[in-house]
Amino acid sequence: MPQPRVLVLRAPGTNCDVETAYAFEQAGAKADRLHVNRILESPGKLADYQVVCLPGGFSYGDDLAAGRILGTQLKHHLFEPLRDFQQAGKLILGICNGFQILMRSGLLLPDEVGANGKQSPATLMLNDSGRYEARWVKLEVAGSPSPFFAGLQQLELPVAHAEGRFVPRDETVLQQLRTNKQIVLRYVDGANGNAHPARYPANPNGAVDDIAGICDITGRVCGLMPHPERFIDPMQHPQWTRRPSASEGAGLAIFKNAVRYFS
Amino acid sequence: MLWEVDIYPKKGLPDRAAERLTAAARDLAIHAALPVTVAQSYLVQGAFARPQIEQLAAELLADGVVEQTVIAPVGDAALEAPPAGRERLVHVLPKPGVMDPVAQSALAAFSDLGHQAEAIRTLRKYWFGGLNDAELKIIATKLLANDAIEQVVIGPLTFQQLDLGSAYQFQLVTVPIREFDDAALERLSRTGQLYLSLVEMQTIRDYFRELGRDPTDVELETVAQTWSEHCSHKTLKGRIRYRDERGETQFANMLKETIFAATQQLRQRWGKHDWCVSVFEDNAGVVTFDDTCHVAFKVETHNHPSALEPYGGANTGLGGVIRDSLGTGLGARPICNTDVFCFAPPDTDPASLPAGVLHPRRVMQGVVSGVRDYGNRMGIPTVNGAIYFDRRYLGNPLVFCGNVGTIPLDKVHKEARPGDLIVAVGGRTGRDGIHGATFSSAELTEHSETLSGGAVQIGNAITEKMVTDVILAARDRGLYTAITDCGAGGFSSAVGEMAEKIGAEVHLERAPLKYAGLSYTEIWISEAQERMVLSVPPEHWGEFEQLCRSEGVEATAIGTFVPTGRLKLLYGEQQVADLDLKFLHDGRPPVVREAVYQPAPVEPLNHTPISALDSAETLVKILGSLNVASKEWVIRQYDHEVQGGSVVKPLVGAANDGPSDAAVVRPVLSSRRGIVIACGMNPRYGDFDTYWMAASAIDEAVRNCVAVGADPSKIALLDNFCWGNTDRPETLGSLVRAALACRDLALAYGTPFISGKDSLNNEFRYVDSSGVQQLIAIPPSLLISALGQIDDVARAVTMDFKEPNHLLYIVGGTRHEFGGSHFALVHRLSGGEVPRVDPAVAAKTFAAVHQAIATGTVRACHDLSEGGLAVAAAEMAFAGGIGARIELGDMPADKRQVDAAHLDAMLLFSESNSRFLCEVPRDQAKHFEAKLAGIPHACIGTTLATDRLEIFSAAGGADLIDLPLAELKAAWQKPLAW
Repeated sequence: MPQPRVLVLRAPGTNCDVETAYAFEQAGAKADRLHVNRILESPGKLADYQVVCLPGGFSYGDDLAAGRILGTQLKHHLFEPLRDFQQAGKLILGICNGFQILMRSGLLLPDEVGANGKQSPATLMLNDSGRYEARWVKLEVAGSPSPFFAGLQQLELPVAHAEGRFVPRDETVLQQLRTNKQIVLRYVDGANGNAHPARYPANPNGAVDDIAGICDITGRVCGLMPHPERFIDPMQHPQWTRRPSASEGAGLAIFKNAVRYFS
Repeated sequence: MLWEVDIYPKKGLPDRAAERLTAAARDLAIHAALPVTVAQSYLVQGAFARPQIEQLAAELLADGVVEQTVIAPVGDAALEAPPAGRERLVHVLPKPGVMDPVAQSALAAFSDLGHQAEAIRTLRKYWFGGLNDAELKIIATKLLANDAIEQVVIGPLTFQQLDLGSAYQFQLVTVPIREFDDAALERLSRTGQLYLSLVEMQTIRDYFRELGRDPTDVELETVAQTWSEHCSHKTLKGRIRYRDERGETQFANMLKETIFAATQQLRQRWGKHDWCVSVFEDNAGVVTFDDTCHVAFKVETHNHPSALEPYGGANTGLGGVIRDSLGTGLGARPICNTDVFCFAPPDTDPASLPAGVLHPRRVMQGVVSGVRDYGNRMGIPTVNGAIYFDRRYLGNPLVFCGNVGTIPLDKVHKEARPGDLIVAVGGRTGRDGIHGATFSSAELTEHSETLSGGAVQIGNAITEKMVTDVILAARDRGLYTAITDCGAGGFSSAVGEMAEKIGAEVHLERAPLKYAGLSYTEIWISEAQERMVLSVPPEHWGEFEQLCRSEGVEATAIGTFVPTGRLKLLYGEQQVADLDLKFLHDGRPPVVREAVYQPAPVEPLNHTPISALDSAETLVKILGSLNVASKEWVIRQYDHEVQGGSVVKPLVGAANDGPSDAAVVRPVLSSRRGIVIACGMNPRYGDFDTYWMAASAIDEAVRNCVAVGADPSKIALLDNFCWGNTDRPETLGSLVRAALACRDLALAYGTPFISGKDSLNNEFRYVDSSGVQQLIAIPPSLLISALGQIDDVARAVTMDFKEPNHLLYIVGGTRHEFGGSHFALVHRLSGGEVPRVDPAVAAKTFAAVHQAIATGTVRACHDLSEGGLAVAAAEMAFAGGIGARIELGDMPADKRQVDAAHLDAMLLFSESNSRFLCEVPRDQAKHFEAKLAGIPHACIGTTLATDRLEIFSAAGGADLIDLPLAELKAAWQKPLAW
């Protein structure tokens, strides 16, 4: 199997690029961290890669809203190359800020034409608690076609964000996501028999339908709020001193899945 | 055209900004149920047609799924149409010249879409219902705006364009100092915000008399900044005559002869095993770590700016200490942050606040948000900290921010060379932070806010992140020879320091500016954030500049290092300064100070008989006291896991909510070697004896490290002294005494100090309502930060009980030490003996506990601090969700001091140092005890498969404490669960 190459795309304010590249390498891929300016200069560079990953951070400070500036940049300058990339059977993953960027870019959920021009069908807004929160959450994998989650059922991962509350524009959008199996990951309430709806803080941001991650209709473009790259090693878990030792962290499976997809 | 874009939550969705404001008004007793609607707005100046601005707003400014907009030119009635019942309109916007990073980003994003705006500014718009003018004014000043950086416009906006600054007309200013008498010198020092002493002003005058010319304003500013307390630490490095009950000591350089000397002595003792790399000479202290990198550590304070503008002050405080790492050697990569705060209690009566003082709750919220937004945006985990509350921090909050970095072995040495270019990298220079260095050396008054508004800076973390990315890349390519950060004093301090042994020529007009209109002096002393100064050899300039440009970072050569021994400043063709660097750095007359310390006579703990106090109730009260209570509200707002290195997190246990003793972080993901970060501080002990306060703080910092598994033979310390006005001999005396303890304990523990900082004059002066002058001075506040190491992070332990039916061991002896204790605090008792340290026993204890942990005999370990054994046991139990039964009878203790009736209280709540509580599996008990041979210790109980903590009297019989874990945890979590 040829070793898949991963482009970890960074921008001003990206800050999870090093550990995300490390996670892909631990999974067996070859990862490069490249500044978005290099891709804007020559989008042809995308052809060298099988996976594009948008890691976490605060791209351009999240100044106007989380992911909005970089997402708009992708939409205006790189939409076609990235769409072609996806159509060529390759994978795009957005983690946390990367998810927020993908939501703005139209690559994950295409804009709909409404009364006021083009509109995004959903958004990630300020957490219900009104503030940034870092905590571990329990997640269930929700039967989507996303190759990143093939074979996975449940896992624990950390979240760390202020704007992670998934909100569809209306009930129709939500129904569509369900019908198309585009919901990838949902928060579950471990203290309450993994029930839905998950109460705060099991659902850390108030996301509608406990949605923690979604994919496009093919499953090959995927965005999630939790950080799998922060659970590669068992000692990254907050309770590792209470548990029998394990060989790897549960998040590594997501990166291994991406590698396996190309084998 | 000046367009306004107002963004509101869509109908039916919550207005979070309004909710927060209503809650704040209620908390501060300003209004019980404030009716308000809030809009986040932008002012956009440019030739846009309506469809254009609407499209840009939809794409960049507002979120169409959850937000709605009102867009119109300023002055249009549509912007002034009130929501139902909310007819009073208030605008808050940054004052001209204040950093507005969001507006900058908007400008760049507009441009990226091919639309050039002339200027953009952010704005907050508030609609209130049912308020009169007076109420509106109170709300505006107490809640909405900070006068230091923001302006309030009540009613519609009246201006038609944004103020973009106006061009600067060069005019050389000289100060006729040669003719000044003493009174004139003192006046100049004060009104010019130089804050120098008369002797120093006389020295400057005499120097220029000798030169036969008057200084320019920028020369005077340069000297004042270089000689400021903040930059030169002249008091503690000065001559001090110190007297205490043991006699008199003369110091020629107090710090050098105490704390530095101890480090030098240890390094000599260790010889070729010396693990210090760079101490007290660079921006951070550096020690060895592994065969690829060293670690650097620095903690800074940003107290005065945080008092005036908590968010901006704390924000830039953290930004500054991160630049300290980046400016250490040829640049250290920042890997984690620490933060320690001191505030007045958040329940302070708002009506009791002196004029000019922000409410402590507002200070705390602002400070926490400031640290959060900088650390999180930089992608540096904030892993360790503490918060202390005391009434005396009113008007004088303390904000300590720390950063740890890793630096490759061959990048520690730096030296600018003649011919190298002086290169400014990062943020542009503006009018922010003017006079920060000299201001932070002065005492605050109720007028400070108006006098020193310019001293407040606003940070932009993303700029600093971008700078960090390119500098580390340039470092690895070897593109520069030296680097330092632009902190207090701006270019003046950074260039002045780098040029000290060479000489420099700087062209001030070359510095990129945020806006027009800055004078040459303002450019030179501005403390605008996110700037670094590098010395770049001319042959590398092209590559360096290209690297910066490729990531959108601005780099400008503003001058050259020249071998003249002089600092020459030019503005265009005009020379504006020409100073001898020798005078600048060595010309300051030595500060000579008197210091006395008279330890307070020991008084017996004044109390109702302890035996009458209920132990269970006492425990619950201490758990619910502010210093002990859970800080989860703060910790969860910080990303403590970014970079992936976190091993022991700040919150641990079965529900991830127990208080960890220290943080363990893996700087290199592929290695199992870790660093351990902890702190110690106890201002309450300082009221008894600052020697034992300092000793206790060191003991606490070290034992916190040891408790998670750090090797006590390799722990480095930092000191941060925050004190009141040291012109008073007794205030300085209390500081010298603490420094003596630092020296003694560092030597006894083998824990060298590697860096430190002091912040003096933390006092607030005001006139109270009856016209009487009042002074609030902070208690002596020494923060000790510890940087430990652990060979294999898999050997780390956490403080939560792990399993039922394990044995519980107390390690270390207990004495009757209630002076400054939390037992005394919650019962409002005075007197008692302050906790002391027996350094020899303590050092042996740490080594033994470390051996017990390193060999795997310990499942949980917690240090005993505020609230003693009872609090430690309660925290371990509720963190682990596992009950315990403890009998006090066998505890090693000095029982001669107390009668039987008082013994239980002493065993439960005394705060004797150097103690631990350990959970040990039964099959490890023999090994554990063998490691602790010769150290006072005893098995005092077991963990249980229950949900209760039971503690039995030393005398046997009835239980003293029998409480459900849920009740203990709730008491501990409640006070700061905001």
